[in-house]
Amino acid sequence: MLGKNRAIYPGEKVLLALSGGPASSSMLRQVQEGLSRETAKKLRFIPGIIYVDEGAVCGQSLAERGETLLQMETILQASGFPYHLAHLEEVFDLPSSILQRAPHNPAGPKNSYKEAVEGFIHQQRREEDGSPSLPERQIQEKLTEVSLRDVPRMEGLATPEARLLAAVRTEQLIQLFGSVKTLTAKEELLQTLRNHLILHTARTQEYSKVMMGDSCTRLAVKLLTNLSLGRGASLAMDTGFSDDRHGDVVVVRPMREYSAKEIAFYNHLFGVPTVFTPALDTKALEKASIHRVIERFLYGLQAEFPSTVSTVYRTGEKLSTTPGDAGPAAEPERCLLCLCALDTNVEDGSALQAILVSEQLSQQKLPAASPAGRGCCPGAEEKRGCCMNTTGPGADARANILSLLCYGCRLTIKDTICLESLPLYVRSEAERRKHRAAMKLEIQEFLLEDEAVTPGES
Amino acid sequence: MRRGSRGLGELGVWPGYSPSNPHSISPSSPTMPTTCSACSASPAALRRPKTGHALCRACFLAAFEEETHQAIVAGQLFRPGETVAIGASGGKDSTVLAHLLQLLDQRHGYGLRLLLLSVDEGIAGYRDASLAAVRRHQRRSGLPLHVVSYHQLYGWSMDRIARHLGPRNNCTFCGVFRRQALDRGALLMGADKIATGHNADDVAETVLMNFLRGDVGRLRRGAGAGPAGGEGAVPRCKPLRHAYEKEIVLYAYFQDLDYFSTECVYAPQAYRGYARALLKELEAARPSAVADLGHSGERLSLRSDLRMPSRGTCQRCGYVASQPLCKACVLLEGLDRGLPKLGIGKHRRLRDKLRDGQPLTQEERRRLGAPLIFCKLL
Repeated sequence: MLGKNRAIYPGEKVLLALSGGPASSSMLRQVQEGLSRETAKKLRFIPGIIYVDEGAVCGQSLAERGETLLQMETILQASGFPYHLAHLEEVFDLPSSILQRAPHNPAGPKNSYKEAVEGFIHQQRREEDGSPSLPERQIQEKLTEVSLRDVPRMEGLATPEARLLAAVRTEQLIQLFGSVKTLTAKEELLQTLRNHLILHTARTQEYSKVMMGDSCTRLAVKLLTNLSLGRGASLAMDTGFSDDRHGDVVVVRPMREYSAKEIAFYNHLFGVPTVFTPALDTKALEKASIHRVIERFLYGLQAEFPSTVSTVYRTGEKLSTTPGDAGPAAEPERCLLCLCALDTNVEDGSALQAILVSEQLSQQKLPAASPAGRGCCPGAEEKRGCCMNTTGPGADARANILSLLCYGCRLTIKDTICLESLPLYVRSEAERRKHRAAMKLEIQEFLLEDEAVTPGES
Repeated sequence: MRRGSRGLGELGVWPGYSPSNPHSISPSSPTMPTTCSACSASPAALRRPKTGHALCRACFLAAFEEETHQAIVAGQLFRPGETVAIGASGGKDSTVLAHLLQLLDQRHGYGLRLLLLSVDEGIAGYRDASLAAVRRHQRRSGLPLHVVSYHQLYGWSMDRIARHLGPRNNCTFCGVFRRQALDRGALLMGADKIATGHNADDVAETVLMNFLRGDVGRLRRGAGAGPAGGEGAVPRCKPLRHAYEKEIVLYAYFQDLDYFSTECVYAPQAYRGYARALLKELEAARPSAVADLGHSGERLSLRSDLRMPSRGTCQRCGYVASQPLCKACVLLEGLDRGLPKLGIGKHRRLRDKLRDGQPLTQEERRRLGAPLIFCKLL
């Protein structure tokens, strides 16, 4: 799969996203096998692993989280690759540059794939006398670096200040997810935040690729789920082999051709260790979220029509990443949260227009009453500053953020009651974009576009 | 969703979907009376499924009519002076459509000449009852009515087809035949356009179904979410395609419109039933899912290097077709030869054999659906 797509060049640093589940554990085992092979088909990149602890959101106590982490650590250490343990709480400390698409690294490999592989093999042969080969040496270095780096974090938790900070962040996280009304929106928000965290780790540790362990079955479910969430425009990017919406870091999905059953058999036959962690929707009601509904439906239909999952997957393969009506604009506007191209331009006769019209006709001009009871934002003396209001500064902030989002993310944020509990980097990036848009509006008449230069403009 | 355990004779019931009352309206909250959010004056009589707002009867009717009007205008569905044939089945969608089009044409002056066009598939107990509803509507509205029947056009009625084909795959025949029947009827009446009552739920189901079946050709054509379709001989439009099914029922209820509401007897075995059940569950999880699916369907972008069916004409009847023979001709050929499954499933090699006049083996005839007794005689 990797050879066919020629996405990963030799010597590149690749981050494996491990969730402890069967698919990503199987992916880890395959990477280990691939690297240790002596044949020409040997994998030639430098792996690292990241595990994100989401226990706070899923309602696990500290003790349970510690247990899971211990189990994960055994697996991670046994793999021999450098690993990073991240807690979802760290999301609150991310820089707002996460939400900006970085330009594709120009210092990337300039030669073609074949030349790069040949060059790498020559380099390896040269070093074969005595010293360990390049990637192994690098791995050793990285391992010592990282283990030094990780230990302070663990040790740092021993100090009371660090423990207090961790507790505060956990509280903030629980409050954020508490202010999201529906399970569907919670799952979406969790995925977005997790992706941002992984991206941040990849950027700071200089990984140019991230490998996700999505299986064929999971991708089929994801396709239908995203359709139902209104994300039809970005289906190809969410489920394709390579996803380059962030610019410098590319997300690849090497396990996409394997169904969940195949992975289960592989894990059983080859003794791949997995760790079970409860997710947001474990033990939830059947109709609680769109993800659950689709998953149950697809599995049920698959039992009757065995080709369902593969048909949906193949249909997904036929999608393209460029929007059908892409204008000549060089850089389309991107959604604030998911960084896909915005699909909210209102076209005549479209479903979006119909929704807006319905909303308009179903209510009067803005109701002036503020909600009874205390506002949810601390620090707002009267209720006017609270973001729950539909008038006043709170409403502006909400309208501002909504205008920067794609259709799917809008639905997620609409289900979020208190916008103030969103992490700082989201809000500051939203502010920055708003200022930039206002700036552009002011100087609109003086800007020269590429194709439309009207004569007589100063 | 395990249907294997049920017997063949039982017409299965989809979870959450009861044939006796397929359009159940959830009552508005009985505890606290709320005021209408649009006029803030009268008490609310209902809660809109589409947006969740509480509205009084007058405001809801006004909003629904206005939304349909805006959809017609924004989508540029009609031009003044056109003759529009409304596909009238007697069910809720087409009754509301006919009522609305007449009302809006008078109110906003579209300048249209409206007609009712009905199709009689020949399903006893279902179609004759719904045709009676159409005739009642016609008498009340004064619009001219024309009925085309399968038996007239093709020599086969749906009941007869179902006897030969079995309980499944009937919708394929009915759908293909109906499309041609509507076109021919429209041409006979001199209509420029056909208006059908497809609603947002239909569109959403179509998007889901096309994805489940991998039908990229239909997905490219907007997955049913796009506006006017030019595939048949007569252009079509769906003025109600953004209206939720439940809202259509609410409108009919509050306007006291008379329609016929029973499921077609052959429908429970159709594949669309799965998509419909899924949609009901999605709507329960998130009410805006119906509109979201419509939005997704519009914004799907397919790779440009895919092989797409091209538009040609049928060699036998001259209708629009992407293959040498149009689907209706293939289906009819199968029925006439006693091989009803000829048009269902992939039997290209066998079709080619037939076309070339070669005889088929007994096994091949059985696969194409020939009744066993004929196989024995041969």
